[in-house]
Amino acid sequence: MESSIINIIAGIIAIASPLILAALGETITEKGGIINLSLDGTILLSAMTGFTVALQTDSLFTGFAAAALTGVVVAAVLAVIAIWLQQSQVAVGFALTFLCRDLAYFLGNPYAKQKGLQLTTLPLPYLDSIPVLGPIFFSHTIIVYGSMVAIPMAWYFLYHTNQGLTLRLVGENPNACWARGIKPRIVQTMYTLVGGALIGLAGAAFSLAIKPGWGRPQGCEGIGWIALALVIFGSWHPLRVAAGAYLFGFLQILGIYLQDFFPTIPSQVFQTAPFPLMIFTLILIHLGKDTTGKKRLRLLRLLSGNPPQALGKSYHPS
Amino acid sequence: MDQSKIISRWRQAGTSSLMTTLLALGAVAGMLLLLDLDPFAISSALTSGSITTWVKFSYMLSVLVPLLLCSCGLLFTFRAGLWNIGIEGQVICGAICSTFILRLDSLPLPPATLFATALIFSCLGGALWGLLASLLKNHGGVNEIFGGLGLNFVAQGFILWLIFGPWKRAGIASMSGTDLLAKDFWLTNPAGWRVAPLALGLALLAFLLTCIILGATRFGLQLQSSGRNAQAARLFGIMPRFTTTIAMLLCGSLAGLTGGLQVTGVYHRLIPSISSGYGYLALLVVMLANYKTLPVPFISLIFACLAAGSIQLPMVLQVDSSLSGVIQGTLVLSALIVHGIQKRRKKE
Repeated sequence: MESSIINIIAGIIAIASPLILAALGETITEKGGIINLSLDGTILLSAMTGFTVALQTDSLFTGFAAAALTGVVVAAVLAVIAIWLQQSQVAVGFALTFLCRDLAYFLGNPYAKQKGLQLTTLPLPYLDSIPVLGPIFFSHTIIVYGSMVAIPMAWYFLYHTNQGLTLRLVGENPNACWARGIKPRIVQTMYTLVGGALIGLAGAAFSLAIKPGWGRPQGCEGIGWIALALVIFGSWHPLRVAAGAYLFGFLQILGIYLQDFFPTIPSQVFQTAPFPLMIFTLILIHLGKDTTGKKRLRLLRLLSGNPPQALGKSYHPS
Repeated sequence: MDQSKIISRWRQAGTSSLMTTLLALGAVAGMLLLLDLDPFAISSALTSGSITTWVKFSYMLSVLVPLLLCSCGLLFTFRAGLWNIGIEGQVICGAICSTFILRLDSLPLPPATLFATALIFSCLGGALWGLLASLLKNHGGVNEIFGGLGLNFVAQGFILWLIFGPWKRAGIASMSGTDLLAKDFWLTNPAGWRVAPLALGLALLAFLLTCIILGATRFGLQLQSSGRNAQAARLFGIMPRFTTTIAMLLCGSLAGLTGGLQVTGVYHRLIPSISSGYGYLALLVVMLANYKTLPVPFISLIFACLAAGSIQLPMVLQVDSSLSGVIQGTLVLSALIVHGIQKRRKKE
C-alpha cells in the first residue's frame, strides 16, 4: 500500500513535468505583458522536432536543443508580428497554434510510429536511497529534475533579481519603463523568446520522455490550453502555477483510478477538470477584489492575484 | 464626399487588398517550396479535388455551410470587440440540443415538426453556451477568451459523457458516436448531391441577414460603437453590455445551428468530434477577412476548397492532408504581417 502511494506521487511529479515547463514559460512571457496563445501548437511542433532530430542524430541532447530552438523560433514569429508590427497578440497566437499543429503533423508524418530514443531514469546517487523521499523525488529522468529546479529558479528570477523586476515593470507599466530608459519592446521580445524555449522543452519532454514517440495524435494535444489555463489559475505566480500543474497531474492520475469505479465515464472527461477549476478561480479572484473597501474572506484574498496590467496590449512608444 | 474622393478611396482599398492577396499567395508558395513541394502541382491537385466534378463540388459546399455559418456569427462578436473562441463549444452544444429533441421519438409530433423544433433548439443551445461566456465576462470578471476556452472543454467533456453514458449505442459505447437517427430526421440530399440544399440555403440566408444587420441597421451601429469604445457608447445612451450580449447570443445561435445541421445533414448521429474544428477555422476565416463582412463568403469558399481538396492529396501526390491547415495558417499569418506593415507605413 505504502509503495503504491509513493509510486503515485512519483508518477504525478513525472507526468506534470512538461506542463510545469510550459506553464512557467508562459508565466515568464505573460509577466512581460505578452500573451503567447500558440502554446498548444508550439508544444506539438517542438515535440515533433525533438523526436525526429534525436532520431536522426542519435543524440537526446540535440533533440532537446532542437525542440527548444523550435519554441524560440515560433516565439520570434509572434514577437515580430505582435510586438513590432503591433497586430493583436491573440490573433497571431491563434493563427500560429493551427499553423504549428498542422506543420507538426505534416512534417512528422514520415516518422510516425517509428521507434526512437527515449530518456532513461537517472537516479541521483545517495539521494535515491533515502526512504520515501528517494523514490518520490530522486529517481526520475533528467527533464523531470529540470522541471523541479525550474520552479524555484523562475520564482527567484522574477522576485529577487533586477532583471525580474524589470520584466514585471514592463508588464505592469511599459510607459513608465520607457520614461526610465528601459526599452519595453526589447525586454518583451527577449522574455517571449526565453518563454518559447521553455515551451519547446516541454514538447520534447513529451516526445522523448513522458509519451515517447511521434504519431497522430501524439498524446500531448490539448496540453497547451491547459498550461494557459494554469497560468491564470496560479494567478501569474510561478509557485502557484507549479502547484496547479501538480494538481492537474494528480487529477490525471486520479482519472485513471476513477475509471475503474466509473467505467462509463471516459477518461477525457476527467481531463477537462482544470477548466471549470480555472473559471471558478477567476470568478473568485473577481469577487475577492476589494472594490467596496470592506474586507472579504481571507480565503478569497489568498487566491486573489492580478494579471499584469499591460497584458495583451501592444506597446508603442509615442 | 465628392465622387473623385470616393473613387480614390475605393482604388486605395482595391490596391491594398490586391497587395495582401498577392503577398499571401507568395508566402504560401514560399512555404510550399520550403517544404520541397511544387506549388503548381499542389494547387492543381487541390482544385481538381474540390471543384472539377459536381460530386466533389457539392461535397466542398457541405464544408462551406458550417464555415460560413460560424463566420457570420463571429462577424457579430468581432464587431462587438469580443474574441469568441468559445464558438467550438457553442457548435457542440447546438448539436447536443438537437440530438436531444430528435431522440424524443415518443412525442406524438409529425417528424417535420420535430425536425424544425430540433433546429430551433440547436440555436437555443448554442445561444445558451454563448450567454454563459458573456455572463462570465460581464459579471464574473472572466475574459471571454479564457471563459470560452474553458466552456469548450466542458462541452467536449459533456458530449463524451453523453456518447459513452446515457446515449451510448445499443451494445457497446464507442468513439464512433450514438446510434443513427431515424431516417425521417435526415436532412435529404437530391440524388448525386453531397450537400443538403436546405443547409446551403440557410447558410446563404444567414450571410445575407448578417450583411443587412451589420451594415444597415441601428443595432449594427450600436454594436460597432460598443466594440470600439464602450465608454463613449454609454454616453450616447447605448448599453454596451447589453449589445455585446446580444452579439454573443446571435453568434451562439448560428454556431448552434451549425451543430444541428452537422447532426441532421452530415453525420446523422452525434459523434465526439461533431464540430470538426469548423469554429476555430471560422475564426481564421474572419481574421483573414480583416473582420470585414464582404470578403467572408469568398474566403470561406477558398478554405472549404482547401479542406475538401486536401482529402485526395495523400492519394494523388503522397502528401499528408494536414497540408491544407499549413496553407490556411500561412495565409492568415502573412495577412497579419501585411496589415502590420501597412499600419506602420501609415504612421510614418
